Amino acid sequence: MNAIETRALTKRYKNVTAVDALDLTVREGCFFALLGVNGAGKTTTVRMLTGLTAPSGGDALILGRSVVHDALAAKALTAVSPQETAVAARLTVRENLELMCGLYGLPDRRRRTEELMAELSLTDRAGQRASTLSGGWQRRLSIAMALITEPRVLFLDEPTLGLDVLARRELWRVIEGLRGQVTLVLTTHYLEEARALADEIGIMAGGKLAARGTADELCKLAGVTAFEDAFVKLAGGDEP
Amino acid sequence: MKCLAFAGRNGKEIARDKLTLFFGVLFPLLILALMSLIGQSVPADIFPIGSLAPGIAVFGLSFLSLFAGMLAARDRSGAFMTRLLASPMRPADFIGGYLLPLLPVGLAQSLACLMFAAFFGLKPGPGTLLAAAVLLPMGLFYDALGLLLGSLLTEKQIGGVCGALVTNVSAWLSGVWFDPALVGGVFEKVVKVFPFLHAAQAARAALALDYANLLPHLWPVLLWSAAMTLAAVGMAGYRLSHN
Repeated sequence: MNAIETRALTKRYKNVTAVDALDLTVREGCFFALLGVNGAGKTTTVRMLTGLTAPSGGDALILGRSVVHDALAAKALTAVSPQETAVAARLTVRENLELMCGLYGLPDRRRRTEELMAELSLTDRAGQRASTLSGGWQRRLSIAMALITEPRVLFLDEPTLGLDVLARRELWRVIEGLRGQVTLVLTTHYLEEARALADEIGIMAGGKLAARGTADELCKLAGVTAFEDAFVKLAGGDEP
Repeated sequence: MKCLAFAGRNGKEIARDKLTLFFGVLFPLLILALMSLIGQSVPADIFPIGSLAPGIAVFGLSFLSLFAGMLAARDRSGAFMTRLLASPMRPADFIGGYLLPLLPVGLAQSLACLMFAAFFGLKPGPGTLLAAAVLLPMGLFYDALGLLLGSLLTEKQIGGVCGALVTNVSAWLSGVWFDPALVGGVFEKVVKVFPFLHAAQAARAALALDYANLLPHLWPVLLWSAAMTLAAVGMAGYRLSHN
């Protein structure tokens, strides 16, 4: 079954078409990375898939549920870890996680919270307020808050943006651990991140899906050996 | 349940802000103590405690608009709102989550103010509880006003509008510092249009268990609260659906 299926998904802002009749499918369990230069339409696509922005045209199905006609049901199947760290600053790590269970109406808040904190090594910081955590730990909590709702599809929007190398590698380990448990959609500007983590990569340009495949397939398609060169060519930055 | 979970978070966010404790509870008590001491040190009874305490209680409640507005505006400007909007919460869960947690705060605030007034001669009794209950709709009015403004303005603007303008207007129009009847004319008529003075007078009547004077002042407050709540729900709902 497809976790995501968009049908001519379109978003227009006045005279600008941010996403242009996008047809994209992501199969369930896949780790899919969405790449593109600034303004390519990645974030707008994710915002439409997560119910944050209404499409101007077309539709998207999340495990068969329309984001246009059955938005609440689609939202219940997804979670998002936004680009900026999205935590309740004055709540503790534990309270933030329990809050998410409450917002999704999930039972066994305490058990879920304790289990996830143990899984993501957050237990030692359980009673610490989110505002006092370092950037890396806040980002980890932010991802944990998305995970605790046990989503079928998890959107990670630039999850390692602004983190130092060590924190980024540590977060990669966490994200790597999610493989197979959930369908993952990663948007990132770090090409090596997409290459290292994703099963399949889509490159957006001008609001459309310009190419998709594994990193090797994209290199072959572009007729180059380096993935960065393939990205530049396919993302439209190397046109004559 | 989603609404209650969100309300719980909002209650904690507000209660853990030290400025909330100061402005919400301590500041009105300090004003009450100061005005009472001034009143006791002059020959004429310019600030009778039975009038002063309900007026200060209304003034104290005006800070609810600041707390609600700041929280809503801060949430709107941050990434946390993205997470909330991506969750399966309905607009009613959002609005209830913002409005509910401040109502017990308002009740506690009114009770604290009226009980503290006992140190300055106000006799505690059933009227104290009734007055605190009667002030609750005024708490809802400020709460809704804060949500309405928090849906429109930035956190910084809320500080100016709710922290300075709304609190001052409340103090001047609730008859804390002077009886509007002494000014008379257009000013008195304008004051009677708004709920501030009516709320203070309803609380005064409740303290005295004077039911005949209670209802005529309570009705305008209830109408204003209902209107402000509808306006806040409409605006917050609009902003949520047009995010």
